[in-house]
Amino acid sequence: MHSSAVFLIEFGAIILGLGLLGRLAGRLKFSPIPLYLLAGLAFGTGGLLPLGASEEFVAIGAEIGVILLLLMLGLEYTATDLVTNLKTQYRSGLMDAALNALPGAAMALLLGWGPVAAVVLAGVTWISSSGVIAKVLGDLGRLGNRETPVVLSILVLEDLAMAVYLPIITALLAGVSLAAGSATLAVALGVAGLVLFLAVRYGRVISRFVSSDDPEKLLLVVLGLTLLVAGIAQQLQVSAAVGAFLVGIALSGEVAEGAHNLLSPLRDLFAAVFFVFFGLHTDPSSIPPVLVPALALAVVTAGTKIATGYWAAKRAGISAKGRWRAGGTLVARGEFSIVIAGLAVTAGIEPSLGPLATAYVLILVVLGPLTARYTEPVATRLSARLRGGGPDGVPSAAPRAEMLDPVEDGAPRA
Amino acid sequence: MSSTPLPGIGVRYDLTTREDRRLSVVAQRDGARVLNAYRRDDPDECALSVKLTAPEAEALIDALMPAHHSPSLLSTTDLGLVAERIELSSTSYWCGRLLGDTRMRTETGVSIVAVLRRADAVPAPGPDFRLAGGDTLIVIGTREGVDAAAAILGRE
Repeated sequence: MHSSAVFLIEFGAIILGLGLLGRLAGRLKFSPIPLYLLAGLAFGTGGLLPLGASEEFVAIGAEIGVILLLLMLGLEYTATDLVTNLKTQYRSGLMDAALNALPGAAMALLLGWGPVAAVVLAGVTWISSSGVIAKVLGDLGRLGNRETPVVLSILVLEDLAMAVYLPIITALLAGVSLAAGSATLAVALGVAGLVLFLAVRYGRVISRFVSSDDPEKLLLVVLGLTLLVAGIAQQLQVSAAVGAFLVGIALSGEVAEGAHNLLSPLRDLFAAVFFVFFGLHTDPSSIPPVLVPALALAVVTAGTKIATGYWAAKRAGISAKGRWRAGGTLVARGEFSIVIAGLAVTAGIEPSLGPLATAYVLILVVLGPLTARYTEPVATRLSARLRGGGPDGVPSAAPRAEMLDPVEDGAPRA
Repeated sequence: MSSTPLPGIGVRYDLTTREDRRLSVVAQRDGARVLNAYRRDDPDECALSVKLTAPEAEALIDALMPAHHSPSLLSTTDLGLVAERIELSSTSYWCGRLLGDTRMRTETGVSIVAVLRRADAVPAPGPDFRLAGGDTLIVIGTREGVDAAAAILGRE
């Protein structure tokens, strides 16, 4: 009896606190993710106000949060979106993976953390935050810009890559042997491929089965189906999150829209709990020692993301300004970096990895919206100064290339 | 008009005008619309980007339709008669009062030919028809008469 009262008080205080923080973030036109992480740090072990009774519930809530994050992600795309993107943009996706995963892996090896941590940190630095970026694009009024489809298709490919990457990580973290690991991977790839195929082919049938005019029934069926599939996926060591993502992909049309509306508030609640949970498990005193590597990693991978965006936008025939904008927009890391780091923390590898990931995401989730806004003006001004600087080969080549671009641009006009 | 899918957000429809200005509309999945106009010096970037709710977009479409002058206008004829929809607000003076009490025909010369209430249409309502908030009245008369009718029905 008594402990349930303590639980309610603690949990209520956490949620209320998050609500107020979220409001503050909204007032500052800011993503609330860094504030949630900081709140977790404050409530957790070694923080200002350690909690006891509600920890177990928060842990389960966090797991549901991850599942809902991935489900909603899946709901945003149709299987056809994914397949088309994969066909047309796979080169940008590969470039993105190479440029941004390698610095993370290199840093982990440099710190002497071993290969498994290297794969985890590679994932942390690789995946941009779809949530933060979509919001930034809307806020800056760039939804209609020509470089926006390029940015979005990179995000889609990253999300699709998660469906392959998460099972690998799950298998690695479980410490299974190479043979068992590749078997798991084969199962994961097979399942992902099968679901994609079924979704493209029979998406309408699955959607009709789930469909219901009554919001209550729709909510229960979708949530139940997702948790069930996620659980089974977990049991097969495919990762619960991927199971949820695939359910989201398989649902389409009206059902996806309805489920999206119904589940958004639930996702917001549990995702917030997830960020707090991650913060809870990080001892604030363990952050200062990893601050320098985190900062270095943030600077390097901000640069590589800008390069990725620049390169991808150039391929799509976007002019120089748009290329810088695309690069700057992609810098934000957020929820998925934490999801990946969270898996590693739960599995208990390398104790410094959690604090490093926390610091890294804190830096880039704040920096991302700023680079999105200022990369292009800064780059334009710098290149103008270089151009004025003197008649040396490199700067004088740049403006000529720019002048050619509008000709390329003319092609896709209606 | 060409279209570009924006995965996770919706679809962008592009239009290049005769004056070589580019316009686009982003149709978001959640029903919101974003109207964009592009800069002349950087055709990749929007100079204007306005987010519209569904009703706002509808009002804008109405204003853009070449044939329409007023969002409530149904049609005009050469006889100088107009037909309009007039909606009763929920705080209207006439809520719960009889149609006859408005003395509409005597005062303005217009006819109330139908009342739309939720999904139903009541054709030719009599003087003892009881009005309610949210009713939409279809009135036909001269331009002045219909304006006068709108003024009477707008009484709070």
